[in-house]
Amino acid sequence: MKKIFFCFSLLLSIFILNEVSAQSGDLKIINVPELEKIMTQSEGDKIKVINFWATWCKPCIKELPYFVDAQSQFPDVEFIYMSIDFSENATKAEKFAQKKMLNPSGLYLIDDVDYNSWIDKVSPDWSGAIPATLIMKDGKKYFYEKEFHEGELEELIKEKLK
Amino acid sequence: MKKVISLSLVLMAILAFSFKKGGYEVGDKATDFSLKNVNGKMISMNSYEDAKGFMIIFTCNTCPYSVAYEDRIIALHQKYVDKGVPVIAINPNDDEKSPDDSYEKMIVRAKEKGFPFPYVYDETQEITKAYGATNTPHVYVLDADKTVIYIGAIDNNTKSAENADKKYVEDAVDALLKGSEVPEKKTKAIGCTIKWAS
Repeated sequence: MKKIFFCFSLLLSIFILNEVSAQSGDLKIINVPELEKIMTQSEGDKIKVINFWATWCKPCIKELPYFVDAQSQFPDVEFIYMSIDFSENATKAEKFAQKKMLNPSGLYLIDDVDYNSWIDKVSPDWSGAIPATLIMKDGKKYFYEKEFHEGELEELIKEKLK
Repeated sequence: MKKVISLSLVLMAILAFSFKKGGYEVGDKATDFSLKNVNGKMISMNSYEDAKGFMIIFTCNTCPYSVAYEDRIIALHQKYVDKGVPVIAINPNDDEKSPDDSYEKMIVRAKEKGFPFPYVYDETQEITKAYGATNTPHVYVLDADKTVIYIGAIDNNTKSAENADKKYVEDAVDALLKGSEVPEKKTKAIGCTIKWAS
């Protein structure tokens, strides 16, 4: 009986997952617990690069092409683009991300404007200014509150891959 | 030899960390300034007689988060100016990096919105560095002696003033006026990075 139940729930979860990804590679609106889930990572997992950006943030937009470059250079690294645009601008953010060729399965928008409640969860070193980028490897977080220039991100990832 | 290298690496890291930590913490005494207001006059805190404190707000024309808070900054000033705690808004952005934050554009924006408080330009960015502001809007509430009693966000809902259930700056100023402890002394908020001159 237990086995049947297990199989059933497995099937169900596969079905749900398929449903979710069927509407994909589009931007997903998430809240803080989901952000926390995205930020969990353990030893041996893929390196994760989480970039916090917004359509109104000029330095963010300037650095995005470097993330796209790095993305093609390191196919084994997971790139996540966390928009902090207001949720009513989700379509705008999505269109923008598509135009910029950002990894479609890594598009999220964090819909929680009580920033003080979650900024420290990303990193206690984060002032709240963007652009900001979190690199995760083997469960460790490396936080960068800066605008990346050409080649800098690649260097960092290479260093982490060593 | 390896030990020496790793030790110096650690030292460097500590140094880098301590350099990064510029700016004020709650309890520090803040510097006064003399910065040009949109009406051409120089503004400093010492020119306010009988002030019981100040709301120093680093903000600008261009950041959507600053714009979202403009009406709330006006309301803060109107609520507290007669009680002796005025707003002084400081634009910290370099006008080469962000042309729409130029002094001329500040004059235009102040007029459009009818700012009832001084909107001054930190052209050299020295005051911004001294305070340690990182993004806009970024608030420092000071007491009459210019001691920092609060650093951070205006409230906890950038989108809508009505939906904010924590009004950090109001709570800090109310505490200052009552002579009680500031309930939340430091908060963080998403904002636009300050555009530093290169």
